Amino acid sequence: MALKSKKFRWERKGLLGLRELSAEEITYILDTAEGFEQISSRTVKKAPALRGKTVVNLFFEDSTRTRNSFALAASRLSADVVEFTKKSSSVSKGETLLDTARNLEAMGIDIVVIRHSAGGAAKLLSRNINACVVNAGDGFCEHPTQGLLDVYTIRKLRGSLDGLKIAIVGDIVHSRVARSDMWAMTKLGAEVTFVGPATLMPGQVEQLPVKVSYSLDEVIEKVDVINMLRIQFERLGGNPFPSVREYSHYFGLTVERMKRAKEDILVMHPGPINRGLEMESEVADGKNSVILEQVTNGVAVRMAVLFLVNQAAAQKK
Amino acid sequence: MKSELLIKNGRVIDPANAIDKKCNVLIVDGVIAEVAEEIQNSKFKMQNYRTVIDATGKLVVPGLIDIHVHFREPGDEEEETIASGSAAAVSAGFTSVVCMPNTRPPIENETDVEYVHRKARQARKTHVYLMGAITKGRAGVELAEMGFMAEAGAVGFTDDGNGVQDPAVMLRALKYAGMFDVVVAQHCQDERIAGSGVMNSGYHSTVLGLPGIDKLAEEAMLWRDIQLAKKTKVRYHAQHVSTAGAIRLIRDGKKDSLPITCEVTPHHLLLTEENCAEYDTNYKVNPPLRTERDIEALREAIAAGVVDALVTDHAPHLQSEKELEFLAAPFGIASLECSLGLYEKALISPGVLNWVGLIRLMTEKPAKIIGVDKGTLGKGKQADVTIIDADAEYTIDVRSFRSKSRNCPYHGWRVKGKVEKTIVGGEIRFSAGVN
Amino acid sequence: MKVILDSKQIEQVLGELTGGIVRDAKGKADVAVIGIRSRGEILAQRLASRLSEKLGEEVPCGTLDITLYRDDLNSPQGGAQPAVRTTEIGFDIDDKIIILVDDVLYTGRSTRAALDALIDLGRPRGIRLAVLVERAGREFPIQADYTGYKADVASGESVQVFLSESDGKEEVVVGKVSGKR
Repeated sequence: MALKSKKFRWERKGLLGLRELSAEEITYILDTAEGFEQISSRTVKKAPALRGKTVVNLFFEDSTRTRNSFALAASRLSADVVEFTKKSSSVSKGETLLDTARNLEAMGIDIVVIRHSAGGAAKLLSRNINACVVNAGDGFCEHPTQGLLDVYTIRKLRGSLDGLKIAIVGDIVHSRVARSDMWAMTKLGAEVTFVGPATLMPGQVEQLPVKVSYSLDEVIEKVDVINMLRIQFERLGGNPFPSVREYSHYFGLTVERMKRAKEDILVMHPGPINRGLEMESEVADGKNSVILEQVTNGVAVRMAVLFLVNQAAAQKK
Repeated sequence: MKSELLIKNGRVIDPANAIDKKCNVLIVDGVIAEVAEEIQNSKFKMQNYRTVIDATGKLVVPGLIDIHVHFREPGDEEEETIASGSAAAVSAGFTSVVCMPNTRPPIENETDVEYVHRKARQARKTHVYLMGAITKGRAGVELAEMGFMAEAGAVGFTDDGNGVQDPAVMLRALKYAGMFDVVVAQHCQDERIAGSGVMNSGYHSTVLGLPGIDKLAEEAMLWRDIQLAKKTKVRYHAQHVSTAGAIRLIRDGKKDSLPITCEVTPHHLLLTEENCAEYDTNYKVNPPLRTERDIEALREAIAAGVVDALVTDHAPHLQSEKELEFLAAPFGIASLECSLGLYEKALISPGVLNWVGLIRLMTEKPAKIIGVDKGTLGKGKQADVTIIDADAEYTIDVRSFRSKSRNCPYHGWRVKGKVEKTIVGGEIRFSAGVN
Repeated sequence: MKVILDSKQIEQVLGELTGGIVRDAKGKADVAVIGIRSRGEILAQRLASRLSEKLGEEVPCGTLDITLYRDDLNSPQGGAQPAVRTTEIGFDIDDKIIILVDDVLYTGRSTRAALDALIDLGRPRGIRLAVLVERAGREFPIQADYTGYKADVASGESVQVFLSESDGKEEVVVGKVSGKR
């Protein structure tokens, strides 16, 4: 399962998205993350790999778990963590994202972890500053560490993604998780189906490397893994479905639906869960749920990412 | 004392008068006196003209007209002024431009119109025309003072930057404008369909995680407007048409002899949504860059004579604004200064048009849309002349722009077709290598 | 390339190492063996099974990955890039005598990293260092408690250990350094 090609070198001093990564690169991150997993479970939860480095959590969007997960990952590698939280403004004249980043860089930071409401924000930053840039979610574009921790969790429990059937359910059009998952999962050989109301499917979805279904009932019996996306009320413009009641009826993961699923189906959710909306509590807390494992693995994956980008930067000095 | 200017031995292209031959152009007192192989005017001996321009091997054409530019004055003079914009225009061969009214405040009464005209006179570069806003504050609710503006010299009306959303308001605007015989131009985009989109809706917007603008946003409004034009019989002009569907609507409307015209920009002929892949905000423009298929359709329509004008939609913006996130950066491309080379690349080089066809869409036809007596080298016309070296190749360099802004995605492109001299009202306002 | 130990000699050296450890450990506290990835891991497994036999009780064996503790992580490392692998120690190291195993003791930097890594895992009663080959060139004040073979190696040369589990052959060779190791 592990690649461990001796020849392989991680060359990227940033992680902007999974679309641009090769299967080999993704596998290398996952392999590396394995080595970080035990750090979080031992008495001394710290290793000195990023000693003397400064990581900035540059968050322009509300996020608790991703920010904490990155903060823990960085501090468990002995880096100093600076929290910078700011609401992004759409004012076009005034301090820009680049101004902010250049200011931070002038203070001597090494790694910027950025969460932003605009797709491409991480890329914009990486083009303009020397520090390593790790994307913690940019608009609807990507959330690469979430994608990585999802495939890490699946690989850990199933050995491999090759040939697995995976459904991603919900608000696809506004979901960076769906996109990052799609890239990572398909590159590692899984077959991904997007499931959701037609009003929440992206344009030209048929050009993406996925199958599409508007019926969870048709898909539920066939899949090995199901990832239930959160309905993000703050992003839903207009009225993409008539009511929460109707949405849950067609696309909620209920105890009833679970009865028709494969016995060993893995139930995933990027959190935080709207209990009773996309998923019933009994399912979220049930035996097939790996939601908390995802959270645990998230720290290891993020440690691996921070470590690798810093390594690549060190070698480019 | 009379001022005389002789342009000799050029290839004179004057589509309005069906002229395409090597001959001489004589300008006396700012007016075209004669266009002929042998200048007949016996009072003058060739050698004695005060100014003689040898245009051997060059194209001598009516001054180019761009009926869609944004010069940002009043309100955003840090991006462009009428002085900087018209200096850029004249260096690119334009002798007349039409400014859009989406300034701050918008152009919505005769005082605003006169302000722009005064600034243009002071700049002394090109003729500067303008369109006024259709509605007050470009808000799409109440009609602006079209009558007063038309009397003050506005050559048309548009809420450009936005379309007039309410069909009843648009119907009223067309009926009202009809009284003054001015064109009503529309930026066709249904905002409810477009939503918060920042690029064409499709595969690329999906993988870039950016909200898309569906082609339907343009086509739905254009379809609606064509119905309104059919009802009112008032001259209607569709601005920067960008989709295959939209150009088909125009073609069908013209078949029905409706009074509709349309224009196309260089970016919609040369660039596609794929150019947005690296989030370079210099490709963020409205209407958004579409697909190869749309480019094909637009080029075909140009070849078939469906398109009436080539325009730049020159939309200057500050570097600091274009350094923003793709989502937040303003829409617009500044391309006035390289437009001739771009049209050559988009239309002449692939054989869609010859130079006569191209010049027609940059002179005679746009002049007709805005109803000004320009765009020809006819005897007695004001002497607006552009001299072009059609074979001169050069590399576009935004650092050499006279425009205040640099938001131009064509930097570094190799193009053909360079303006040698621009003559406005008989006066040489631009000379390559001199100013 | 000069072979300094062949497979037979490696066997013999491992026997001697086992003997030494057994002498010190007999009747005393719990002993456990931890090898440093990657050759040390194999040597540790071999030593653990020999020790289990000699001591008459199961001697636990683990593997330590020291990548995160290396002191050259923030400097350019030329061609090689250290890959992080798992540390697999399935037992509690508290209060044990840990026999830390590596293939070659040279600068002492790996041992330093391993000591730090071990201490982050718990508090052993003691740590002893066992190496297959020792050579001159120490940069840190570190010495082995159990040395299999003292090699006389010039500074421009390297010692390479090949083991059947990882390399398909058993030998220790001395050769010219070709690039950075």
